[in-house]
Amino acid sequence: MTTMQVLFLFFAAIILGSAIKVVTTKKMIHAAFWLVVALFGIAALYAMLNAGFLAMVQIVVYVGAIAILFIFAVMLTRKELLDKGAALNNNKTIAALISLVFFGGLLLLLTNWSGFTKMAPDLPEGDMVAKLGEALVTPNAYLLPFEVASVLLLAALIGAVYVANEARSE
Amino acid sequence: MEFWYDPITTIFNSLLATFTGWGMSEIAATVLIYAITILLFVTFAMVLDIFLVWIERKVVARFQDRLGPNRLGPFGIFQPFADIVKLLIKEDITPVGADVIMFNLAPIFSMMSVLLLWAILPFAPKMVGVDLNVAMLYLVAAGSIGTLSVIMAGWASNNKYATMGAFRTVAQMISYEIPMVAAILVVVVLSGTMGAVGIVEAQEGIPFIFYAPLTALIFLISAIAELGRSPFDLNEAESEIVAGFHTEYTGMKFGLFYAGELLHSFTFGGFIALLFFGGHRFFGLENLGPIVGAIIFILKAIFFYWVIMWVKYTVPRIRVDHMLAFNWKFLTPLAFILLMVTALVGRLLMDSLWLVPALFLSNIFVGWMTVLYLKSHERKTREAEEAKSAPVVQH
Repeated sequence: MTTMQVLFLFFAAIILGSAIKVVTTKKMIHAAFWLVVALFGIAALYAMLNAGFLAMVQIVVYVGAIAILFIFAVMLTRKELLDKGAALNNNKTIAALISLVFFGGLLLLLTNWSGFTKMAPDLPEGDMVAKLGEALVTPNAYLLPFEVASVLLLAALIGAVYVANEARSE
Repeated sequence: MEFWYDPITTIFNSLLATFTGWGMSEIAATVLIYAITILLFVTFAMVLDIFLVWIERKVVARFQDRLGPNRLGPFGIFQPFADIVKLLIKEDITPVGADVIMFNLAPIFSMMSVLLLWAILPFAPKMVGVDLNVAMLYLVAAGSIGTLSVIMAGWASNNKYATMGAFRTVAQMISYEIPMVAAILVVVVLSGTMGAVGIVEAQEGIPFIFYAPLTALIFLISAIAELGRSPFDLNEAESEIVAGFHTEYTGMKFGLFYAGELLHSFTFGGFIALLFFGGHRFFGLENLGPIVGAIIFILKAIFFYWVIMWVKYTVPRIRVDHMLAFNWKFLTPLAFILLMVTALVGRLLMDSLWLVPALFLSNIFVGWMTVLYLKSHERKTREAEEAKSAPVVQH
């Protein structure tokens, strides 16, 4: 095994272990922090794939903003900070069924995929970040998805401002 | 002479030769040398931190017209060692109901978020931990680990004042990240790279402070807010919420938070020097060698650390709603306007001699317009209030 494989297995174990802890731990805040661990593991995988930009964005956006919003939401909505409440509903069979169907679908897709035996193509020379930036503003590449995502975020922003304003005027 | 011009590579090569001479494989020797270097580098940062405590106490004393520590050693320079002994022999208390693991992890994370930044600080060319091509994003990412440590400390303490302090800090840090990122983006637009070494190289002729003076000011303000130092020290407002998120911490755990804050301020001083003041350059003195460059960089970092202290001990704390309004209604729009102006002017006058004067003048223009707008806005609100309070005259 090469060093990269050992590292991959290490990070994959961290991601899977913490992901299981997210859904099994009783305390809400602990679940949020386990989620942070899982997100860090995914950032490490990005870094191993030579996608340093994505790794950093993963930490900034998911750990720095979204996970902290989760923690905020939990802290603001629960009366007790050391909350150990029972689950809201008990749908274990349906959840197991849905996840089994998903697992089966993914397994089917991946067994038919031929990419496992191929080697990854060599990375082009030069600054990867500059190439990514150019790809995001080139019409033939990813300009349209990029702009659509920006419009979506703008709509969410305007919606948030509208809702906040309404609350104040009452 | 080789050592003088490239000390790190020379040391690395000689160590590698020694270790492989002992029968070690080359990979194992490289890993071992990296581990030793990291250990030495972190030790250097922590020893520097000890003296930062002394500097901080001396400077605050001068600002408050006192002498500061002056008993132990010349100018009281051994005072921090006495402080450390005191912190180490204090009782280590974990409050009842605290979440023990997270309570103990929080100070480590706090220190970690600072030490991570040292990996990308370019002290001189060839004297840098890693030359990441996304160094500026890395800076923001390390900051989010700091936010995480605060929220962990606040929640795990099981204390309402600690939680309130954590809430305030997180609101502040998430908000002020945005103008800071916009200010960094201005520098990235100017230099055309996100790597720390590339940014320093781009300032070969003229440092970026002349390209973007207002941006430098915005970066300084948002850096102070990220650090949680006065006037943005709402997270530990002593007169309101005891000590904020580190209320329950004693001994060396509190010491880690405190040392982390000081080292963070110093590191941000370094980043101001790196982004806007040409890094290790000082009127050609850096050509003497990387070691001189590194000393210049550290002196610059200490100078901007002093500026941050100057602000801290001069300006009183601002209110929570003012802090948020100042960020969202003033700093963020201004930073984005500056980003657009810089991108536009920089594109129109690319490679032209007029680039620097045009950018400088456009910065001044934007600043002037901002002042005019603020004045008219203030007049309007005042007139509206006067119209409301004035008695209605009946004819």
